[in-house]
Amino acid sequence: MAYSKEVVDHYENPRNVGALDKEDESVGTGLVGAPACGDVMKLQIKVDAAGVIEDAKFKTFGCGSAIASSSLVTEWVKGKTLDEAGTIKNTQIAEELALPPVKIHCSVLAEDAIKAAIADFKTKKPSTDV
Amino acid sequence: MSEATKSQHRPNIKLPIYLDYQATTPVDPRVMDIMLPHFTEKFGNPHSRTHAYGWEAEGAVEKARGQVAHLIGADPREIVFTSGATESNNLAIKGVAHFYGDQRKHIITVQTEHKCVLDSCRHLEQEGFEITYLPVQPNGLIRLEDLAAAATDNTVLVSVMAVNNEIGVIQPIAEIGAFCRERKIFFHTDAAQAAGKIPLDVNAMNIDLMSISGHKLYAPMGIGALYVRRKPRVRLQAIMNGGGQERGMRSGTLPGPLCVGLGAACEFAEQDMASDNERLRRLRDRFLKGLSDIPELYINGDLEQRFPGNLNISFAYIEGESMLMALKDLAVSSGSACTSASLEPSYVLRALGVDVEMAHTSIRIGIGRFTTEDEIDYAVKTIHEHVDRLREMSPLWEMVQDGIDLKSIEWTDH
Repeated sequence: MAYSKEVVDHYENPRNVGALDKEDESVGTGLVGAPACGDVMKLQIKVDAAGVIEDAKFKTFGCGSAIASSSLVTEWVKGKTLDEAGTIKNTQIAEELALPPVKIHCSVLAEDAIKAAIADFKTKKPSTDV
Repeated sequence: MSEATKSQHRPNIKLPIYLDYQATTPVDPRVMDIMLPHFTEKFGNPHSRTHAYGWEAEGAVEKARGQVAHLIGADPREIVFTSGATESNNLAIKGVAHFYGDQRKHIITVQTEHKCVLDSCRHLEQEGFEITYLPVQPNGLIRLEDLAAAATDNTVLVSVMAVNNEIGVIQPIAEIGAFCRERKIFFHTDAAQAAGKIPLDVNAMNIDLMSISGHKLYAPMGIGALYVRRKPRVRLQAIMNGGGQERGMRSGTLPGPLCVGLGAACEFAEQDMASDNERLRRLRDRFLKGLSDIPELYINGDLEQRFPGNLNISFAYIEGESMLMALKDLAVSSGSACTSASLEPSYVLRALGVDVEMAHTSIRIGIGRFTTEDEIDYAVKTIHEHVDRLREMSPLWEMVQDGIDLKSIEWTDH
């Protein structure tokens, strides 16, 4: 299977692989997917007092496109407010990475991962209204 | 080995290293040399009876038929040339079913058979045949008790492959053959991965029909054979109708050069089988030893009852397709069918009872006649590097290291 050069670049040089302390009040963690489906993404965001995402990390079990999708969104969310990050759509991810139709679900999963991380952060800090 | 020796060896390795010998094998250069004149000088139609070109080609094809027959202990008159194992399997299964179908309409096969066997059976099911798909044990082998329990007076054919294409396990062919002979049921074996690799004798093993593929045993693609027993006679309804070649069982002009290639490949395989297998086993063991310090690595399928040129390994917590992408210096394949646009992992591994999540992490490694020790060492090194890297990137590996039971998590299916 031929991968786009964008996918290969993110796969071979993934951005922001790693973990943040999930117990930290300023960290939101999203865990989506299922091992039985062959994709699991864990995406974490660290949010500053102004409600801006100052750091993001990911770990992904999945194909090259799933790894690339999660790597890309960690780059995109950094410096964005939670609201801005919440508007990222899977179609933008798919377009940026030139994903073929059979790999669209990878971009959907990445969108779900951001939303889950934001939701987790908000349950920790319900007062944060940004 | 010193660093200096290593660097001298490295330039000999051509990347990517071919480790997919169950998908296909290169044509052995010895086979190629024998075939070449049959394309250009000895090119006659083997069915031409009126001139020397035809007689010469016929002689070459008949010599090849004898070489194929000799490999499996058959009579040359029992060998039908075909385009490959898919055609042989179709001809054997549908041919027997259609010839004897008005008397007996039950066929027994196995869940882990190649798709062309399973699909031929599905096709017959639609025509009103009853098919039993035997389960396999966790090691990939069938239980003879299951076969005995499934057989009835209505059973016309048992079709069980000799060596599995994904996991390399060797089914108990002689025992199945003895059972079928006693019950007067025809026994077909798909030996695409077995012929020329393990000793096969149609008489000692009571095999009635056997499919052979050229390009799995260092002959070219596009040629195969079907062994059809003469005593006691097995009759087939042909799929290809036409000039009545191959004693009416497979019409169409024989591809002389390809038949010659298959024959030569069978002769070399027979001659070299013991030494080839000893070499393959040594390389396989070297490979396994090199990977033995990787935790949570599982071999799928029985390691003893197995053709030594195959390994199917699950690297837990690393998804197979990302592993293949990482191993770009190795030409290997994923046991997981994810690569073919479906999210379903291998039905063969599923039949073994391998967890879906584990089936998603499997890689098939095929070692063959031209694999070298240097290539194995390089493969071991590159696998080590990428397993470490991909596990560092795996949320599942992280959770397991933290002592979390993955089965306790409520996953969101998508």
